Amino acid sequence: MNKQLTLSASPHIHSGRTTSRIMLDVLIALLPATVAGAIIFGWRALLVVAVTVAACVGFEALYNLLMKKEQTVDDLSAAVTGLLLGLNLPANIELWQCVIGALFAIIVVKCLFGGLGCNPVNPAITARVFMLIAFGSMVTVSDPVVVDAVSGATPLSSEVATPLTKLALGLHGGAIGETCAAALLVGLAYLLVRRVITWHIPTVFVGTVFIATLLTEGMDFTAALAAILSGGLLIGAIFMATDYVTSPVTAWGKVIFGVGAGLITFLIRYFGVYPEGVSFAILFMNILTPYIDSWTKHKIFGVGGKKA
Amino acid sequence: MRPRAQIIQKGNKSMAFSLKGVHVPHRKNTADMPALRMDPPKTVTIPMSMHIGAPAKPTVKVGDEVKVGTLIAEAGGAVSAPIHASVSGKVSKITDFLLSDGRTVPAVILESDGSMTPEPSLAAPTVDSRESFIEAVKNAGIVGLGGAGFPTHFKLNVDPEKIEYLIVNGAECEPYVTSDTRTMLDRASDMEIALEAMKTYLGIKKIVIGVENNKKSAIASMKELKARICDSCDVQVKSLPAIYPQGGEKVLIYHTSGRAVPTGKLPIDVGCVVINCTTLAAIGEYLRTGMPLVEKCVTVDGGSVKEPKNVIVPIGTAMSEVFDFCGGFSTEPSKIVYGGPMMGITVPDASAPVMKNTNAILALTAKDIRLPKFTACIRCGTCTNTCPFGINPANIERAYHKRNTVALSELGLTSCMECGCCSFVCPANRPLVQTNRLAKALLREEQAKEGSKS
Repeated sequence: MNKQLTLSASPHIHSGRTTSRIMLDVLIALLPATVAGAIIFGWRALLVVAVTVAACVGFEALYNLLMKKEQTVDDLSAAVTGLLLGLNLPANIELWQCVIGALFAIIVVKCLFGGLGCNPVNPAITARVFMLIAFGSMVTVSDPVVVDAVSGATPLSSEVATPLTKLALGLHGGAIGETCAAALLVGLAYLLVRRVITWHIPTVFVGTVFIATLLTEGMDFTAALAAILSGGLLIGAIFMATDYVTSPVTAWGKVIFGVGAGLITFLIRYFGVYPEGVSFAILFMNILTPYIDSWTKHKIFGVGGKKA
Repeated sequence: MRPRAQIIQKGNKSMAFSLKGVHVPHRKNTADMPALRMDPPKTVTIPMSMHIGAPAKPTVKVGDEVKVGTLIAEAGGAVSAPIHASVSGKVSKITDFLLSDGRTVPAVILESDGSMTPEPSLAAPTVDSRESFIEAVKNAGIVGLGGAGFPTHFKLNVDPEKIEYLIVNGAECEPYVTSDTRTMLDRASDMEIALEAMKTYLGIKKIVIGVENNKKSAIASMKELKARICDSCDVQVKSLPAIYPQGGEKVLIYHTSGRAVPTGKLPIDVGCVVINCTTLAAIGEYLRTGMPLVEKCVTVDGGSVKEPKNVIVPIGTAMSEVFDFCGGFSTEPSKIVYGGPMMGITVPDASAPVMKNTNAILALTAKDIRLPKFTACIRCGTCTNTCPFGINPANIERAYHKRNTVALSELGLTSCMECGCCSFVCPANRPLVQTNRLAKALLREEQAKEGSKS
């Protein structure tokens, strides 16, 4: 034998599932919402998304370069952050504001904390909240360009009820990616089939808002349905609250996270000064995640009782 | 990646959830190939430690004549096993041998005369009591052939009152490996002899034979075996989901008897004795013929092997000769492994010998073992959600890097059986089970330090 054999610890095979493949799956799952956003809000929506993705990837690459760290943009997590951030902004936002948002998401929230896996809160959500505070209501609403759509403010802040079909198709004002419920649900189905996420957080999060609204509105199903179809609830519950890094690990942890995020969303919507509370709710639950994780650890087999 | 929890039948009434695990690629290419006996090698290298416990002590000198089955080393303590010559010829050398765990033990090197003459004094043992049965198992040099190599006589030497279940391990959950499958198909009669003896001398009341459900023919063969012996004893053949690590001792006990072995305890503490099906066949063969454990059926497979086969090999034969018997290599291997790819041990070169507890030798190509890039932990939790025991390897990794031994013991590190599911599924390809091993060593070191202080 002339060639050297590799010596290594077991196991010697791998499932083949990788971080970059998971991130690619998230990008694919966001594609329907991106396309829907482009149709509803026009070409400028695409421009906004392109700028945020490019800025996020660019900032991470630049940071790694300047800090002499290994290049990590190929794990696609910066692209996911950029796409999510873009989809959470209105189509008519100033592009320089997008770049500032991306800078905040990638450099402040992610890289300064140590990069992927070390950020305590979701970068896209935090950047959105930052922009909301910094740039005001510019950040939540833009008017649809398609005919037959409801224009004006997000349905959550308007006095006139938006019809449910328009809500489901996303033909109303809002951020680029958050309005089309149908496209977001296609993305959810894809993520579940690919086992990128489990059902717990999206279902419990949305379910909590639905039930809370239903009870408050005196069992008005239309109002409750409208509540879960409007604002950023679906995109938040499906794509942002399920971020691995900032959400609990076990099934029970995810359920607690979902209930908490749902209740906070509901409370802000009904009693807060902002029309929408999804971002704040997720951000708050992100901060609680380490505690939820330590409360909901798996029981170890053979220690104490019987079951793992 | 995460298999849905399977509901298994526990006894007749209550149901329990099964432990988690992973779907590994089966690659059981050799399952339909009865084992072939290879020509005797010119020399064999027999290390004195092919079992857990004290190394055996050589009883032969350089130049001594040996036959197949001649005792060449006696047990070196209570937890130890004697060793016998696997070829006929003479002792050419007694030398130091480096084991894969880093220990150095003596090894007896035999030069074969090519005739494979059996030791004339060998005869089927007279077994008429519990003591003589256990003595026979000991004299046969039998150790746990599933891989662990725990001396079988020591495992069986417990208060028979305590044994409620005898669990026969035919799970064989590692990819590639099919030598246990062949045992269940080809050596069921020897298994029967051993089971009958254990019923008679150890008073076994309940026998459960656990086989993964991807081995239909083995299950059929075990059901026939059950039909032959179940008149005086409750025998069950349990078809188990083919989810790795189904053959892990504590996993198998839980899935066959519904009992959880507490961390740090032995199966016997919950009334169970687990014995691998090939170990059982080796006991049966010794009771029938008096020939101790001198040869082993190994699965020879992996992308580099030209003709994968099951081969019956004299113990101590160099792996390279077994590979040559299988047509040699089609491509240069990247790794050569003792055992399966999930828990197997790599060797530095192919001259390493086949040992008592070797059930497979794999020559894997670069493609077989291609691993993804090592990247940052994304806290996805797949490791802890996949761990059969619910341990969180990612947290252990963080605690280990901080040398935080308090956190390590709280995280249940000592429960880890090192099955490797966590490393297998980690999307960042982090060396989780490897870190668990290092962390265990750190914990032991720390405890030793504290022990010496007090």
